Amino acid sequence: MSARPRVDAPATAAVSSERSAAAGFVRIEHVTKKFADFAAVDDVSLDIRQGEIFCLLGGSGSGKTTLLRMLAGFEIPTSGRIYIDGQDMSTIPPYERRINMMFQSYALFPHMTVEKNVAFGLEQERLGRQEIRRRVGEILEIVKMSPFLARKPHQLSGGQRQRVALARALVKRPKLLLLDEPLAALDRKLREHTQFELINIQEQLGVTFIVVTHDQEEAMTLSSRMGVMNHGQIVQVGTPSDIYEFPATRFVADFIGSVNMFEGKLIEDEPDYVRIRSEELGGVVYVNHGISSPPEATVWVAVRPEKINLSRQPPKVAAGVHQPDESASENVVRGIVKDIAYMGDMSIYLVRAESGKTIRVTIPNVARHNEDRITWDESVYVSWLPESPIVLTR
Amino acid sequence: MARFSTRVGRRVVLGIPSAWLILLFLIPFIIVLKISFSEIQLSMPPYAPLLQWVDGKLLTVKLNFGNYAFLFTDALYISSYLYSLKVAAVSTLFCLLLGYPMAYAIARSNPTSRNVLLMLIVLPFWTSFLLRVYAWIGLLKNNGVINNVLLSIGLIHQPLTMLQTDFAVYIGIVYSYLPFMILPLYANLEKHDLTLIEAAADLGATPFTAFRRITLPQSLPGIIAGSLLVFIPAVGEYVIPSLLGRTDQLMIGRVLSDEFFENRDWPIASSVAIFMLLLLVVPIMLFQHSERRTLEAGK
Repeated sequence: MSARPRVDAPATAAVSSERSAAAGFVRIEHVTKKFADFAAVDDVSLDIRQGEIFCLLGGSGSGKTTLLRMLAGFEIPTSGRIYIDGQDMSTIPPYERRINMMFQSYALFPHMTVEKNVAFGLEQERLGRQEIRRRVGEILEIVKMSPFLARKPHQLSGGQRQRVALARALVKRPKLLLLDEPLAALDRKLREHTQFELINIQEQLGVTFIVVTHDQEEAMTLSSRMGVMNHGQIVQVGTPSDIYEFPATRFVADFIGSVNMFEGKLIEDEPDYVRIRSEELGGVVYVNHGISSPPEATVWVAVRPEKINLSRQPPKVAAGVHQPDESASENVVRGIVKDIAYMGDMSIYLVRAESGKTIRVTIPNVARHNEDRITWDESVYVSWLPESPIVLTR
Repeated sequence: MARFSTRVGRRVVLGIPSAWLILLFLIPFIIVLKISFSEIQLSMPPYAPLLQWVDGKLLTVKLNFGNYAFLFTDALYISSYLYSLKVAAVSTLFCLLLGYPMAYAIARSNPTSRNVLLMLIVLPFWTSFLLRVYAWIGLLKNNGVINNVLLSIGLIHQPLTMLQTDFAVYIGIVYSYLPFMILPLYANLEKHDLTLIEAAADLGATPFTAFRRITLPQSLPGIIAGSLLVFIPAVGEYVIPSLLGRTDQLMIGRVLSDEFFENRDWPIASSVAIFMLLLLVVPIMLFQHSERRTLEAGK
């Protein structure tokens, strides 16, 4: 039933390479967690590879934090199993797991200095005083917090606390580091900076990261692969570009980035192209790859705003893409510019199609000043290339 | 106008408690301090005035330190002081050992049962304090409830002497003052961030280590507040040792009352009171110091 493109798309490649890889470093097998009757995590299976940054992305209440807490050992799965490095974690209490977590609130001990906070985990391992001092010094150097080792948490800024929390988790040299909304408490500029720093530290130490976030931008920047969660289930797993360009469901397409979605009916279903008539759009969409779906089925066409063109003249069809005579009214609709939002790097155009549907288009602002820009209330052609639409069946 | 009224409002808010403290604490304290420096005299009131007009012209101040010196010459006072401190310290320790687990359990219980449990802690206050101490006489005396039960099940063959012992005083004080330990401890423990315990567990600390290194140090202000609320009144406790305690060793509160009402030696009684106050100033200062520290740490 799924609308997997028959063409050689990265999504399919990723799936097959995942299968061929050896069993995952972290293996989550049919894990369910129920609170009373409510399934916070519902039959989730997931493989996470060693050394990757894996992001669990989802809205609030999607079960991502519960899944993370089960990995840390704070919650016990109602059913299913979790293996980390081949070891069944079901009965192992948190303090015996070689896993560390960075809490959303950072959970720094308020009565201890930075140095004491970071040393706490090593003291539990009964290491010598010299060894502890050396390792605390090393890790504080890495997170650039060495000058603050005598401070108490309440004397630090948000960004500094975040670094201490990271250092405290990393100093234990965990096999796996869990990060719960690591950047949520930081302001935007600091967040961007810290994202790249997190990646640097991860590459430097080679620890496997599992990051929980509700911020799709954060997930896209950080992760080597990500899993999108909704209602306690993993909806899709893939690289950021897989998920963005080849979303599996309407939920994923809509949740990651912005998208224009048109409901339609499959009117022509061939192995190498399909045609979809959409009343909502007021036109026909031509897609240059086949999908596996019965004819006359209701499908959804999703087009990303940056993959849409605006023009005053009817667009010329690129030669060789498909037959010009057929395409005249395909992948093109007329509309009127209703709103323009200037964002600096790009502008967002909201175009009202003749069918009444509002279409969102983003145009990069290449020139600093353009006299001939399309402006409010202009009548325009909205068009896209036949490879741009994503066809979704659920 | 608005600024004027807020200024007046602020003065009233601060003024009422200040007036209360000045009228009902500071002035009586000065009177007691004054009496403690005067000499006993058979008159009404039974002490000599400090200020006297000599020949109607010269105002002379007559300070008498003899009362304080006397406290150190008679072994009764010293031993009563030390005994009171010992009783208060031991009772405070037992209140802490009993109260901490109770406060902890209440703070970690679910919110609905929490209110019921707190209610149960406060419930004894609804009956008279005196009545509750009397009830302990009925329980502890030689043919009281406890002895009768133990005799009837054959655990003992002679009644245990419990009344008029240190044991009875400890029971009485711990029983009466336990809520004053539990409530401030609860108020502290209830505010703890439980993710800190999770963080400690995550870093490899066993539940016991997490308690010792995270919960306990953070509850120190609660421990100090509760301990002082028990220790300070327990030092001057009068009713409980009089009803349940030994007759051969008095606590300082009893000595003080005897000096006033039996001996009618107000100057000595006043100096006993002042000296007791001085002894208690030290723990009170400690308390204030810790309060200030929590205020600073609390941001």
